[in-house]
Amino acid sequence: MKKIVKYILLDILRNKIILAYTAILFVVTFSVFSLEDNSQKGMLTLLNLVLFIVPLVSIIFSTIYIYNSSEFIELLVSQPLRRKSIWLSLFIGISGALSLAFIIGAGVPLLIYNHSVTAFMMVANGILISVIFAAIAMVAAVSTRDKAKGIGWAILLWLYFSLVFDGLILFLLFQFSDYPLEKIMIFVSALNPIDLGRILILLKMDVSALMGYTGAVFKEFYGTQLGLIISFSVMLLWVIIPLLYSLRIFNRKDL
Amino acid sequence: MKKIFWIVTLLLFQATFVFAKLIQVGIKQSIKTITAAVKLSETGDTILVGFNTYHENNLIINKSIVILGLDYPILDGERKFENVSITADNVVFSGFKVINSGISSMTDFAGIKICNRRCVTITNNILTDCFFGIYSQQSTNCIIKDNRLVAHQLQEQQSGNGIHCWKSDSLQIIGNNVSGHRDGIYFEFVTNSLIWKNISTKNMRYGLHFMFSNSDTYTNNVFENNGAGVAVMFSNHVKMYHNYFRENWGDASYGILLKEISDSYIDGNTFERNTSGIFMEGASRIEMYKNTFKGNGWGLKIQASCMDIKLMNNNFTGNTFDVGTNGSLSLNLFDHNYWDKYDGYDLNKNGIGDIPYRPVSMYSMIVEKYPPAMMLFRSLITTLLDKSEKVMPSLTPENLKDNHPLMKPLKL
Repeated sequence: MKKIVKYILLDILRNKIILAYTAILFVVTFSVFSLEDNSQKGMLTLLNLVLFIVPLVSIIFSTIYIYNSSEFIELLVSQPLRRKSIWLSLFIGISGALSLAFIIGAGVPLLIYNHSVTAFMMVANGILISVIFAAIAMVAAVSTRDKAKGIGWAILLWLYFSLVFDGLILFLLFQFSDYPLEKIMIFVSALNPIDLGRILILLKMDVSALMGYTGAVFKEFYGTQLGLIISFSVMLLWVIIPLLYSLRIFNRKDL
Repeated sequence: MKKIFWIVTLLLFQATFVFAKLIQVGIKQSIKTITAAVKLSETGDTILVGFNTYHENNLIINKSIVILGLDYPILDGERKFENVSITADNVVFSGFKVINSGISSMTDFAGIKICNRRCVTITNNILTDCFFGIYSQQSTNCIIKDNRLVAHQLQEQQSGNGIHCWKSDSLQIIGNNVSGHRDGIYFEFVTNSLIWKNISTKNMRYGLHFMFSNSDTYTNNVFENNGAGVAVMFSNHVKMYHNYFRENWGDASYGILLKEISDSYIDGNTFERNTSGIFMEGASRIEMYKNTFKGNGWGLKIQASCMDIKLMNNNFTGNTFDVGTNGSLSLNLFDHNYWDKYDGYDLNKNGIGDIPYRPVSMYSMIVEKYPPAMMLFRSLITTLLDKSEKVMPSLTPENLKDNHPLMKPLKL
């Protein structure tokens, strides 16, 4: 298993796309901080980067990579190896490479310019979101043999998490505006890793005072030690559940 | 000519008969307590108090005299008494350190209290841990100047207001520094007064609290980091010039809370890093020129109950939301302001944008109506909604717009 992980990791790190991704993250993060005189404002720009670009790149890159290595996977399956260890090493390789790209590209310059709790929160969330969307990509890639269909699914899933889900929330808020929804919103926010990440980061910034009563309810929950542990466990669940689901399909799949 | 000479000579002679005494109080002097000195004094005398700690219980000044402290002698209220009560006109009280007044929920104990008097001057004192600091009750023409008031209570009930003025007229409150009290400066039924160059920070409730007080002016003050900022309510003809409202962060915190205010001027003020720079409710006929709104959550929250507000030549930079409102009707005028979010163009290069700017964003309207929507703060969908609303306004008030937005910020 170690050998496979090492092979995949090296293979991805040699990939030009991932190098370009790292370079772009690096350049954008640096320029954001050197352009803005206010590092708080730079953080907000970076927040958008973490919440839109990172999941998009993660999910599409992972999906394409899995499709492209289908022959390699077939070769591995023909060896006396357990399917579980093949699939998990594939996941560890991809998510490890993406996290590494994020840490070098965005994490290092971020922590150089702004070593606050917010910055650490942002790096942690960036890594988690990279890993989560790699796991979701595994589901998209394993569920169909057709590459175009698989990538289509990946894009749709990204669209769902970054746009459609929030639209649904707005719709629900309009429909049930007569009810106190603040507490329910805490639960709803856990259903989308991007929203969860955004709220966790925003609560660490001092714009949280802006968020009014809802913000106060969120802060009361997510601001505590327990809330933080719960929210990070939820993020981990967002890794584990798609991964196990894709593993189940892969185990039974006729390659 | 001769007549005048005689009158002058007579007057000069008369003056010698009414020469005021100088009474000295201190450890080395024969008079040890200020109470004794006040008893000995007559109108117009001066009492000079040397450095010592005085336990005068409740020092009552009932004669028109001047009391000066040397090197800030300490007046200790032992947490039981009101330190100084001034019950005479024309008293000057200066240079003392007044500490530990009594705390009570029945009586308003104060460090220094002026009761129903005229022309009292209180300058250059230090008040530490008093319940109320300087208390002016039904007084006229008093000057409260260059005092420093600090309190360290943690609960609102345990702390009074720094400078508390009630039913007074023509007060001058100048250059005081208030912190740690309930309200920094409190005005109720006070008219024709001036609040100038004061600094009010870290008070538990409001930096300045203003109720039923008409025709007052406050200029060049700094209100920073107070529990709920500044509140100006139920007053008219108030003038606010060149004040700083800073760092009032918190859920119910405002740079200024304006409620039921009319015929007032708000000019040249700076609102920086507040949750809401100005929150207006039921305000009418207010003119706002040349203010700076910088880095606030909401620059200006203007409820639909406001009318005839004129906002001209203001700078709005780096606010999360420039203007928030709660209705579709707007009876106010926004014109010739600078908005950093303005993305229009200026073809004839006259410095004024060619298309109007709408400072109210769709998302701020949604949040106003459905507060839990704040959960979507800074998400992609809200950005998209704002963009489409800018092209075709439907939810935001149609006539709340700046027809002549400036292309460059004003130098203020």
